[in-house]
Amino acid sequence: MSKANLLDRRQVVSTFLADRKDALVVAGLGASTYDLAAAGDHDRNLYLWGAMGGAVMMGLGLALAQPKLPVVVVTGDGEMLMGMGSLATVGLQQPKNLTILVLDNESYGETGGQLSHTAAAADLVGVARACGISDSRALSTLGEIESFGKGVQDVSAGPRFANIKIDGANLERVLSNRDGMFVLTRLRGSLGFKPI
Amino acid sequence: MHARADASDEQAAEQSAAWPEEIFAILKRFEVRQVPYVPDAGHSQLINRVLGEPSMRGIPLTTEEEGVALLAGAWAGGQKGVLLMQSSGVGNCINMLSLTQIFRFPFLALVTMRGEWGEFNPWQVPMGTSTQGVLELSGIRVLRASHPGEVGEVMEAAASQAYNALTPTALLLSQRLIGTKVFVK
Repeated sequence: MSKANLLDRRQVVSTFLADRKDALVVAGLGASTYDLAAAGDHDRNLYLWGAMGGAVMMGLGLALAQPKLPVVVVTGDGEMLMGMGSLATVGLQQPKNLTILVLDNESYGETGGQLSHTAAAADLVGVARACGISDSRALSTLGEIESFGKGVQDVSAGPRFANIKIDGANLERVLSNRDGMFVLTRLRGSLGFKPI
Repeated sequence: MHARADASDEQAAEQSAAWPEEIFAILKRFEVRQVPYVPDAGHSQLINRVLGEPSMRGIPLTTEEEGVALLAGAWAGGQKGVLLMQSSGVGNCINMLSLTQIFRFPFLALVTMRGEWGEFNPWQVPMGTSTQGVLELSGIRVLRASHPGEVGEVMEAAASQAYNALTPTALLLSQRLIGTKVFVK
């Protein structure tokens, strides 16, 4: 499955989040959640183990509630394809503090590597731009990832969308916490919200 | 033409209905901030009130399941919300409703009913018939209002249990309440 010269997904995510500061990060189910866990557990990580297609919308709800903080969604091409309409919803709301990064391995890695739509014609950068996310780009180098990661901190210039074609190798799983209540309460606690 | 029998009269009647105002007042009192919706004629008065209220953000969706995920994110960020949709949208939400159990966040949906009470359009009937069952199987408590005079009371109960007890709740607004859609040529 691996293609030459494509970036390693773990390296992409750790580079992208290297200087995340106060950012809130939502990871889509499957490998994206493992990548976020591998980059380092954090009170402000929201790991998803289901709800496929919902990552961007969760990021949007969070971004609208916390407009002064950077909110980042890291997800895969399959999860993004399932929630493609949410790009139109983001395009309408224009949350300035929301950034979406799609790790595009052109396949459903968690279920046996079946090809996804992005392997042929589907162009998620084009979709995002056409939905009104004018800052939509394809990234291909670690330098670009690093620069895009720094840009996340500017909460007045989003929404942003980036797609990066990554190496399709299935890496060893790094399991995050999968207790939703724990992760949610921890994140809320980091924002100063107490349990009811 | 598929339209309400007399759009202007009907709109005037909807604009003067008291129960959407009662719903709005309760949402405001509970400090609801994010109001995702897929439009329905039965929600039009409420949607207009939301869009004109600075403390609330009306958020049009492409499909109802987006709203479930949005409300989970909103709560993660410290805000409450309410999802407005028609009964046909409930089926679009099923897998995403898992979030209400995984995150136990204050989930409230206001669902205008179709497919009942003199429905003209057969295509509305299957989902309208299964709406309550689908919600209950998904772990959502269901309340229903069928008469204008009871909306405030039922809405108060729905909002209280959703926002105070984190009990995921759907309030079904009966077609008898909102008026059966009339199709004329």
